[in-house]
Amino acid sequence: MTALLAAANLSKRFAGLVAVDGVSFEVAAGEIFAVIGPNGAGKTTLFAMIAGTLAADHGTVTFAGARIDGLAPDAVCRRGIARTFQIVRPFPALSVEDNVVIGALLRRADMGAARAHARTILEMLDLADKRAFLASSLTLPDRKRLEVARALATDPKLLLLDEVMGGLRPTETDRMVATLKNLNHDTGMTILLIEHVMRAVMALASRVLVLHHGAAIAQGAPEAVVRDPAVIVSYLGAGAAG
Amino acid sequence: MIDLWRSVPPRGRIVIALALAALLALPLAADRYVLSVLTLIFYFAYVGQAWNLMMGYAGQLSLGHALYVGVGGYVAALLWLKLGIGPWLGVFAAVATASAFGAVVGWLGFQFGIAGVYFALLTIAFAEFTRIGFDHLALTGGAAGLFLPFEEKRMGEWWNLRGGQLLFYYLALALASGAVLLAALMARSRLGYQWLAVREDETAARALGINAFAVKMAAVVISSAMTAVGGVFYAFYYNNLFPSQVFEISRSIELILAPIVGGLGTVFGPVIGAFVLTPLGEGLIAVTGHFGIDAPGVKAVFYGVILILIISLMPSGVWPSLAKLLGLKGRVP
Repeated sequence: MTALLAAANLSKRFAGLVAVDGVSFEVAAGEIFAVIGPNGAGKTTLFAMIAGTLAADHGTVTFAGARIDGLAPDAVCRRGIARTFQIVRPFPALSVEDNVVIGALLRRADMGAARAHARTILEMLDLADKRAFLASSLTLPDRKRLEVARALATDPKLLLLDEVMGGLRPTETDRMVATLKNLNHDTGMTILLIEHVMRAVMALASRVLVLHHGAAIAQGAPEAVVRDPAVIVSYLGAGAAG
Repeated sequence: MIDLWRSVPPRGRIVIALALAALLALPLAADRYVLSVLTLIFYFAYVGQAWNLMMGYAGQLSLGHALYVGVGGYVAALLWLKLGIGPWLGVFAAVATASAFGAVVGWLGFQFGIAGVYFALLTIAFAEFTRIGFDHLALTGGAAGLFLPFEEKRMGEWWNLRGGQLLFYYLALALASGAVLLAALMARSRLGYQWLAVREDETAARALGINAFAVKMAAVVISSAMTAVGGVFYAFYYNNLFPSQVFEISRSIELILAPIVGGLGTVFGPVIGAFVLTPLGEGLIAVTGHFGIDAPGVKAVFYGVILILIISLMPSGVWPSLAKLLGLKGRVP
C-alpha cells in the first residue's frame, strides 16, 4: 500500500484549546477514507491543515511524496488536492457551467477544452440539464453537487469532501453516495471525506478515522470502528457502551 | 478574434456594424459641437471600460483611477514638451509609469489583505498623495499647471496628436472600440474567468488553484495601463494639466459612473453608460440655460436626481435591463 496522503503528528491549538492533538493517518491511492467524530472533535481543523487554509503548529502533511504543509490553498490545489466547502461557496452570479469551467481552467489553457471537460463533469454529476442556470438559483442538493463538480474539474489526485452530505435528505444522500462510489470505482479517484452522516460513511469508506477532542481514538474498517467501545462512548457518552 | 465575431448573434453583428459605420461617417454630417460631445462619450466609454475590467470583472474597487489618467497625461506631455518625444512613443512611457503606480497600489493592497472599501481608501490615498506631490513638483509647473502650446505650424501633425476636433473624434472612437474589443476578449479568456472567480468568492477561487494575488495584480496593472492611455489622450486633447483637476477625487468618481450606470462587468455597459450620461450632462446645461435657472449647482442637482432615478430603477445597470428587454439569453455581453 502506497500512501498518497500522509499526515504525521498534526497538531493545532487555538488560545489554549487543543483542536487537533498529534493526529497521524495515511490515505492510500484509490481508497475512500472517512474522518468522523462528534461536533467539535477537530475534523474541520484537520481538514483545513491539509487544504492549506490553516498552518499546523506541529506535524507534517505529505502528498504524493512531497511535503505540502505550509503551502497556500491555491498551491495545494495545484499539487492535486481539490476540496469542497461545508458551507457551499458557488460563484453565485455565474452559470453552473461557468462555475465548473473555472475549475477546468486550472490544467487547461484553452477555453474550448475547459468547456468540454466541464460538460463531461456536469454529466457525471447529473447537472448537465442545469448547466445554463445561475449557480445562485440551485437548490442545496444541487449546490452540493456543483461543489463536487467544480473540485473534480481541477483533475485532482485526491478529493477532499467536507460534509458534502450535510443537510441532504436520505434520498439525496444515497444519490451522492452512488455518485462518489461510481467516481471512485470508474476513475480510481482517492477520496478523503469528513462526514457526519453515518449511513454515507458506512456505505462509502474503506477505512475510518475517529476523532474525539482532537485526538484519534480509533482507526480501521467502518464495521469494526462503530463497535469500538471508545467510539460509542465518545458519541453517546459513558454508560452507553455496555 | 474571428471566434469572437462568430459568437455574436447575427442581430448583434448587424447592430455593431451599423453603429460603427454610422459613427465613422458622422463627421460628414455633424457639426463640431456634436463631434466634441461624442468625443467625450468615447473618452468616458474608454476609461470606464478600463475601470470596469478591474471592478466589474475582477471585483477590485478603485476610487483613485484619476491617478492613472494624470500620471499618463503628465508623462506624455512632459516627454513632448521637454524632449520633443511625440505621444505615439510617449504613450509607452506613460503606460509603463502608470502601471508601475498601479502595481504599487495593488501590491500593497493585495499583499497585506486590504480588501473592499479599505482597498478603495488606499486607491484614493495614492491619488491624493500624487496630487499633492505634483502640486509641488517644479518640473511639471506645480499647481500652476502644464500647458501644451498651440503651434500653428504643427496643426495637422496627426502623428504628434496635433490637430482639430476630427482627429480627436476618430482617435477617441478607436480607443473606445478597441476597449470594447479588449474587454470582450478578456471576458472570454482564462484570465477573465479567473477574475470572475475572484470577484465572486476569493476563498473558493483559491481552493480551485487560482493564485488570487497574481490575478488581481494582473487586473490592476492592465486597468492602470489602459487608463494611462486615456490620460495621454486627455493631455493632448485639452492641452493643459493641473494637478488639482486631473488627480481630483471627483475625476475618479466621474470616470466610474458610466460603467456603473451602464452595467458593471459587462462588455457594453461602459459604452451604454457613457452614451446616457454625457449627453445628459450636456443636455442639462442647455435646458437650465434655456430656462434661465443656471445658478451654480442647479445642473448638478438635476444630474444627481436623474442618476439616482436610473440607478434605483435599473440597479444592475441600463445595459442588462435593455438586454433583458431585447430578449438576450445567458450572460449579459
